[in-house]
Amino acid sequence: MLVIQIVTGIFLVMHYKPDASLNDAGVPVAFAAVEYIMRDVPGGWLIRYLHSTGASAFFVVVYLHMFRGLLYGSYRKPRELIWLFGVAIFLALMAEAFMGYLLPWGQMSFWGAQVIVNLFSAIPIIGPDLSIVIRGDFVVSDATLNRFFSFHVIAVPLVLIGLVVAHIVALHEVGSNNPDGVEIKKKKDANGIPLDGIPFHPYYSVKDMVGVVGFLIVFSAVLFFAPEGGGYFLEFNNFIPADPLKTPPHIAPVWYFTPFYSILRAVTYPLFGLDAKFWGVVAMGAAVLIFAALPWLDRSPVKSIRYKGPIFKTALVIFVICFCILGYLGVQPPDNGGIKDRTAQICSVLYFAFFLLMPWYSKMDSCKPEPERVTS
Amino acid sequence: MKTRAMKLIKRLAAMVMFAPLMALASGDVALDKAPVSTDPAALQHGAKLFVNYCLNCHGASYLRYNRLKDIGLSEELIKDNLMFTTDKIGEQMKIAMTREEGKLWFGAAPPDLTLIARSRAPSMSYSGADWLYTYLRSFYRDPARPTGWNNTVFENVGMPHVLWELQGDQVAHIEEQDDGHGGKVKHVSLSLDKPGTLSVEDYDKSVADLVSFMVWMGEPVAEKRKSIGVFVLIFLAGLFVLSYALKKNFWKDIH
Repeated sequence: MLVIQIVTGIFLVMHYKPDASLNDAGVPVAFAAVEYIMRDVPGGWLIRYLHSTGASAFFVVVYLHMFRGLLYGSYRKPRELIWLFGVAIFLALMAEAFMGYLLPWGQMSFWGAQVIVNLFSAIPIIGPDLSIVIRGDFVVSDATLNRFFSFHVIAVPLVLIGLVVAHIVALHEVGSNNPDGVEIKKKKDANGIPLDGIPFHPYYSVKDMVGVVGFLIVFSAVLFFAPEGGGYFLEFNNFIPADPLKTPPHIAPVWYFTPFYSILRAVTYPLFGLDAKFWGVVAMGAAVLIFAALPWLDRSPVKSIRYKGPIFKTALVIFVICFCILGYLGVQPPDNGGIKDRTAQICSVLYFAFFLLMPWYSKMDSCKPEPERVTS
Repeated sequence: MKTRAMKLIKRLAAMVMFAPLMALASGDVALDKAPVSTDPAALQHGAKLFVNYCLNCHGASYLRYNRLKDIGLSEELIKDNLMFTTDKIGEQMKIAMTREEGKLWFGAAPPDLTLIARSRAPSMSYSGADWLYTYLRSFYRDPARPTGWNNTVFENVGMPHVLWELQGDQVAHIEEQDDGHGGKVKHVSLSLDKPGTLSVEDYDKSVADLVSFMVWMGEPVAEKRKSIGVFVLIFLAGLFVLSYALKKNFWKDIH
C-alpha cells in the first residue's frame, strides 16, 4: 500500500501544481491541475484514482492490521516496541492523509483543513499562534497549500518509511506472533531453528500472495466501478473548487477520521476553566494515543483471544461496535444534543472504558491455559 | 428516524449547493430519476444543446473541444457546428464572460459546469444527474424575480429559463398547508401554461440528453474505466485461483 501511494504520488507530483491563485477561467490552479491529470494526462485518471482510493484502502488495511493485533495480543511483551512503532506509523499516516486531502483544493479540502487547523488554536496560551504557524497565514491559503504539499510529498513520507523500517526491524528481533500466542523462539532444535516455526519463504510469501490478490480484487472493484466510494472516498463537495467565502454547513472529514472526529464533538462540557473545545481536542488526541499504552494495560496471563475469557471478548466486541458507530456518526451532522449526539457520547465513554478498565477486567477474566506448542 | 435523518442530510446537502443564492430555506423537492444514457446519439444531441444554450454563460473549462471526438463526432463536425468561442480544436470550452461580469449581471457568477453532475449529488439516494434533470424541468414564470423565472428545485435561482422556447411557460400553483407543528409548508405544483416548440415528452428527452452529456463531461473516461475494470477483475480472479492453488500446494505438508 505504501509502495502504491509513493509510486502513484511520484507521477501525480509531475503534473500537479500547489497553487491557489485563479487561472484565466477563474478556477484555482491546484484544482484545475487535478482535473488536468484526470482528463489530459494519459492514464492520469488511473494514477489519480489509485492514489485517492489507495488512501482509503491504506486505512482499511491499517485498521484491520490493528484489529488483528488486538485479537491475538500482538502488542504484548516482547512486542511492545513493534506496537509503539505501529502507533507512530498510524499517527504519521493520519498527518499524511490529512495534508494530502488539502491538495485537490476543493471545498471539502479547504474547509476540512480550516476546521482541523483551528483545533490547535484551542490549546491554551500558545494555541492561536500555533495555528497561524501551521497555516502560515490567518486563514487557509496558498501558503498553507504549499507547506502541506511539502509535508505530504517529502517530510511525512520520509518519516513513514523510517518508521516502517523500524517496525519491521523490531519484528525481526522477536519474530511474529501467532494465533496461539506461543513464543516460537523459546523452543529450538539442535540447529537453532524454531520447532514451531516455518520459514517466511516460501510459506508466507505464497500465503500472502493470496491475501494480496484478494485485496487487489476489492481495491480494483472500487477503483474501476465506484472510485467516489459513494461520496465517502471522494466527497461530492470536493468537486467544487475551494471558496473561502462559502462555508459548507456540514463539514465532515473523510471516513477514516470520523471515529475520532465524533469523540471530539462528543465533549461538550467545559472543565477547569477551559472550554469544551479544548477538552474535545484532548479527548481526540487521547483516543489515538491511548493505543500506545495497550501493552501495559493488558494484564491477562494469555495473549491471544483464543485463550482469553468471556469478559475480554465482550469488551472487544463492544469496543469494535462503538468504534463503528462513532465512525458512522462522524459523517452525520450533529443534532444539538439529540439522540445522535448522546449516542456518540456513550460510545466515546465506552471507547475509553475499553482501555482504562483493561488492567482490571483483563486480570480477573477466566482464561484458558495457553499451550506450550503451536496447535494445528 | 431514518427518514428524518435522511431528510436532514438532504436539506443540509442542498444548503451547501444553494448557499450563495438561497434567500429562503426551501422544502424538499422529490427529484425525478434521470434517464442517463451513454448512447453517442444522445450525447451528441446533448452536446449540441449544451453548446447552444449553456456555453454562453457557463464554461466547461476542464473540457477540450477535441475530447468531443470521444462521443463519436469528427473534427470537422466539431469545428463547423460546436466551436463558437475559439478556432483551436485543442482549446478548452471557455466563455468570454468573466466571473466579475457574471456576478454583476446574475447576482452570482454562473458556475463552471464541467463537474456539475459530480458535485451536485444531494445525497446517496439522488445522483447529480437526477438533480440536474429535475432542475432543468422545474422553471416557472415568476414576475417577482428579476429574470422573470423561478425554480422549484433551486428557489430564487439567478439563472433564467434558457430552454423556455423549447419547454414553454410553466406556472406554479402554490398551496400552503399546516405542517402539524404550527408552521406552514409550501406545496408547489407546476403546470404548462403556454406550450413551447417541443412536446412534453420531447422536452424531457432533450433534457435527458443534455444531462447525459453533462454526466459524460464530468468524467469522460468513465466508460473506458469500467471496461478496463472488467478485464482487471477477470485477470485478478484468475491470479487468485492460481495463487490459492500454489499456497495449498506449498502448505500441504504443514499440519
